[in-house]
Parts: sequence; structure tokens; C-alpha cells
Amino acid sequence: MSTFNNTDLAAFKDVWVFCEQRQGVMMPTSYELISEGRKLADELGVELCGLLLGDNVEGLAKELGGYGADKVILCESPLLKEYTTDGYTKVICDVIEEYKPEIMLIGATNIGRDLGPRCAARLHTGLCADCTHLDVDMDIYRDFLRSASTLPEEKIAGLNSAMVLGQKHDVSRDLKMTRPAFGGHLMASIICPRFRPAMATVRPGVMKKAPFDQAKADACQIVKPNFSLTEADMSTQVVEVVKAAKKLVDLIGADVVVSVGRGISKDVQGGIKLAEELAEVLGGVVGGSRATIDSGWLSADHQVGQTGKTVHPKIYVALGISGAIQHKAGMQDSECIIAVNKNETAPIFEIADYGICGDLFKVTPMLIDAIKAAKAAK
Amino acid sequence: MKIIVCVKQVPDTSGKVAVNPDGTLNRASMAAITNPDDLNAVEAALALKEQTGAEVVVVSMGPPPAEGMLREVIARGADRAVLVSGREFGGSDTYATSQILASAISKIGVESEDIVMCGRQAIDGDTAQVGPQIAEKLGLPQVSYAAEIKKDGDTLTIKRMLEDGYMTIKVKTPCLITCIKELNTPRYMSVDGIFECYSKPYEVFDYNTLKDDPLIDPTTIGLKGSPTNILTSFTPPQKGAGMMLEGADKETCEKLAGILAAKHII
Repeated sequence: MSTFNNTDLAAFKDVWVFCEQRQGVMMPTSYELISEGRKLADELGVELCGLLLGDNVEGLAKELGGYGADKVILCESPLLKEYTTDGYTKVICDVIEEYKPEIMLIGATNIGRDLGPRCAARLHTGLCADCTHLDVDMDIYRDFLRSASTLPEEKIAGLNSAMVLGQKHDVSRDLKMTRPAFGGHLMASIICPRFRPAMATVRPGVMKKAPFDQAKADACQIVKPNFSLTEADMSTQVVEVVKAAKKLVDLIGADVVVSVGRGISKDVQGGIKLAEELAEVLGGVVGGSRATIDSGWLSADHQVGQTGKTVHPKIYVALGISGAIQHKAGMQDSECIIAVNKNETAPIFEIADYGICGDLFKVTPMLIDAIKAAKAAK
Repeated sequence: MKIIVCVKQVPDTSGKVAVNPDGTLNRASMAAITNPDDLNAVEAALALKEQTGAEVVVVSMGPPPAEGMLREVIARGADRAVLVSGREFGGSDTYATSQILASAISKIGVESEDIVMCGRQAIDGDTAQVGPQIAEKLGLPQVSYAAEIKKDGDTLTIKRMLEDGYMTIKVKTPCLITCIKELNTPRYMSVDGIFECYSKPYEVFDYNTLKDDPLIDPTTIGLKGSPTNILTSFTPPQKGAGMMLEGADKETCEKLAGILAAKHII
């Protein structure tokens, strides 16, 4: 730590993305974050760098270039084969102290949310959890607020500084990290004005993956820094890693999600079957509200919402879902929302593009037939 | 052996949540509850207490009314409680909060066979940062997202959940574990527990109690010690009202399918 002064902001540059891989397979969110990081690096006029840790994972590095990374910092060791908090934190903090990035992004996976806070605490810097929007450029940030907030225009237009320790601080080069709080009732934009790197974990599935560019992948530079890691640095031991036996639902990548809620309670199996049929007709997958997961009707990988997954499919169908704000937080950006609910005052109708007030067990079969017919007529 | 459990009092965001016109949360309109994941941490500690005879100490940072929540945790079976409370601690972000809680936990004392437990995350902020940050500040190994904990001597074997499966991790005490709801079902308060909860030891740690700890410094706690600042907070706009289709019959469904086809949505 001797020469590392994280308050000397000018000494820090470049945007870094921690590129999480598991068992030699890149997590999809790494590509999303590289794509988002490219945007931020361009706004700052700096380089974008992927940070890849593992054992024998060099083959994954170049592909990150295809999504926008100028270079990849590659740290390989048999001790980095499986994720451990101690091993990954030590190597990441050591290379950050050496190379001094200005921004560090980490996917908010179960691993990222273990790693991020440990690193931020060691580096004595700020970390914003589970971000859903990131900006540097103030004009772009203001446009975001115009579309995503109810703030009045004069407040948005006048926003260019924050009071930090009693001083007016110009935020034009700070990373503006926006995240939901209180289950999505409020949004907050957070800055880390006094320390570097500014760190954020980012919700998987929120940032859009850029198109892959082979030429950029070929041009991507690989950097292998010296680092030290020994058994003595690690206080936990990974005994085994077990993949879920059954295939998990790919909610995040789906074009159509048909979700069920508490409304299926009178015939749980029947309700899920109807959702599966509708999903099949529309070419999608089945999701569920928190109630359906908590009740054990669907496994946790089906959960849409604040504590589940964020989805923005082309079509989202909510069957018997009242639309608690936590659920809305995970699906309100869907392109077309169709809601079927018995209760005409259900909050889901406030955000639905099309609503039908009725019993899902009666409406859904008719809807399946109608959609089949409409598709056949095309 | 001691198990120190961190708990937080939070507004219940699962029901109707009111937002003030200025965009802040109307806390007065909401019930204060013990953070759900923290109750799983309490339950895990009580289960280990039954197995090992460990002492369970519950600690919370918050305003004085959080005493009620701590008494309830004693009524569930904890042995004593510490409330960390002081004006100097106000405005802390997760980093500053973890500094303060780490110093309070140090004051309680972490011996070689002790365990610190936290819930995975609190429902008001959903950050999941304070547990790992406390572990770093105390120099303890951490295991987060624990869905199963087995103790054999000084070794804990923990099932740590991932999105696509799980890892089995072995760690020695002392360590910090963050707990998820799959770990257990929290017990209720017992009648005896309720009778006894005001006679069990209860302490308040304020700034003066903790100020000699190297972690506690005006530049590392409270608003001034927080590396992050809120630039702005806002409420998201409601999406414009959609179309409610009249009736819930065959014609309604055909009309909807027709619209979707015409707009090339299907």
C-alpha cells in the first residue's frame, strides 16, 4: 500500500471490467459490462480493459476485445481455478494498486457481490451495489434523467455539482451510478468523488451486449502482470462446485416471458401448465413472481423482480400477478406488457400495455387459441 | 464460543410504500421490521447454540428505538444485545457502517472459535455489502450466500449458493458468514423468552465507547467518512396507461391477438 494513494484522482485512468468466468466459461454478464464499459471509456477518452482471472483461461481473453476491450489483463494460477474471496481479492487489489484504473465494474452475480465489497473495503474506496444505469457524460446523464425520472427540468438542467465535505464538487468526470433502493420505490444516483477507483457492481441482464467485432477481437492486447499468490493467502477451501442438475430457465435471454403469480394458487399445476402452453405458442419461457418462488411452486431461477432477475423481453405476460413494486422493478422495461388479473385495481394494470380483467384459468386458454389463430392467419 | 449476529431494523417495503412529494421515502407510513435475511442468521446462530452451547450476541447499528427489535431477538433465544447508536454514525454508507460495526464486534471480542453472522442483504438498500466489508475490516475469512452450515470442531462446511448451482466451502473459525432464506426457517419468540427479554444484558455502544478503536476516526465514519455520496434521488415515472380490454371472453382475446399481430409483436 506504500505508494498507493487513492485520493490522488489524477493518477488514475482507464475503465476496468472484472470478467467473471466459471469453469472456463465466460459469464454472459462479462460481455454486457465490456459493452457498457466501452461507452464509459469513450466518454472519458480512456482505454477499456478487461480483468480476467482463472487457470488456463487465456483462450477467453481475445473474445472480450470483440465486445470493446482494448486490452485484457490476464492473471492465471492454479490457485485461481475456482473463485475464492481471498485469492481473487488479493490479486485484484494488487493489480489495481499497480495499474490504477479510474473505474472498476463487476457483474452483480453471487460471486461479484462477494468480491466487490471485499475489494472496495481493502482499497478504501466507494462501491455502489447492483447498478442499473451508468453515465459519465453530463449531457447523456441529463437525458437519462429526463426519460427515467420525474425530476423537474430546472433541477435536471442545473445539476452539475454536489456538496462533498462542505465543498462544491464538480461531478462532470465522476461515474454516476444509478440504482434502485427500497425495493424500486426510489432510484438514486451515487458518486464516489474522493477516491479511486469508483467501483460498481452491475445487475446482470440490464446492460446491452454490443455486436461482436472479429477485427477488434484480433487487435485486443493481452497483458500478463506479475502477481503473487500462495496457499497461505487463502483461508477458505473449495471442496466441490456443483452445477444445478436440471437446465435452468434462461429468463434474461428470452424474447418472451410468461410469468405467473399468486393468482394460480387455486390450481398451481394447472396454472403453470397454462403458462407453459402460452409460452410455447409465443416462443418464450415461464417466469414467476416472488410469491410463486417462496411458496415452492417454481424454482428460484424463475424469479422475476428486485430479488430475482431483471428482464426486458419483447413480450411479458403477467398471469395472476398483482404487480408489487419489487416485481415491476424486474420487468417494467419490457417492450410489450400484457396482464391478466381478476382484480381490476391490481397495480400491474398501471404499467401494462394491454390488460384483461378476468380469471386467468378462463382467459389464458382462449388467448392461446386466439394467438395460434392469429399466427396461422399471417 | 460466541456467535455474534448482525441485525438491522428496516422499513417493510413489501407492502404499500409511500413516497413523499420531494422524492424521499415516507418512513412514518411503514412498519419497522427486523430484516428478513437477518432472522435466518439469528436462527442459524441459535441452532449452533443448541449444538455447541455457544453464547449468541446480537448487534445492531441504528437509532435508540431499535432496542425493541433487539429485545425481540433476545426473546427468540439470543443471550445479550448491543445497540450501536450515535449521532456521529449518522449518514454512513456501507463502507462507514462496516467500519463502525467491525469496531463494535472487536469490542465484543472475536476469539479463535467465534463466528460472526449476517443476513445476505437488507431489504431497504439490497446492497449485500456490509457483511463482506465487516469481514475485511476484521481480517476474517468470509463465506456469503450460505444455504447450509455444518460445524465439526473448528471447521465449518458451508453450502454457498450460486445462480447455477452451489459450492461447498470449508473454513475455520473465526469467520464471517452471510445467510440466505434457504438456510432455515426462523423460530418465533418463546413465551419464556418474551418474559425474560428485558432482564437479559443489553448495552449501548456510542461514539465514546468505540472512539479508541483505530477503525473509528472522524474521516472514516458517518457522512464525512463515507466514500460514496448521493448525487440525486428520484422516483421513476409511471409508464403511460395502457389499454384495458373490455370483457374477458373469446372476442376480447381475439381482439388482443389481432392487435399484437397488426403491430407485428407476434
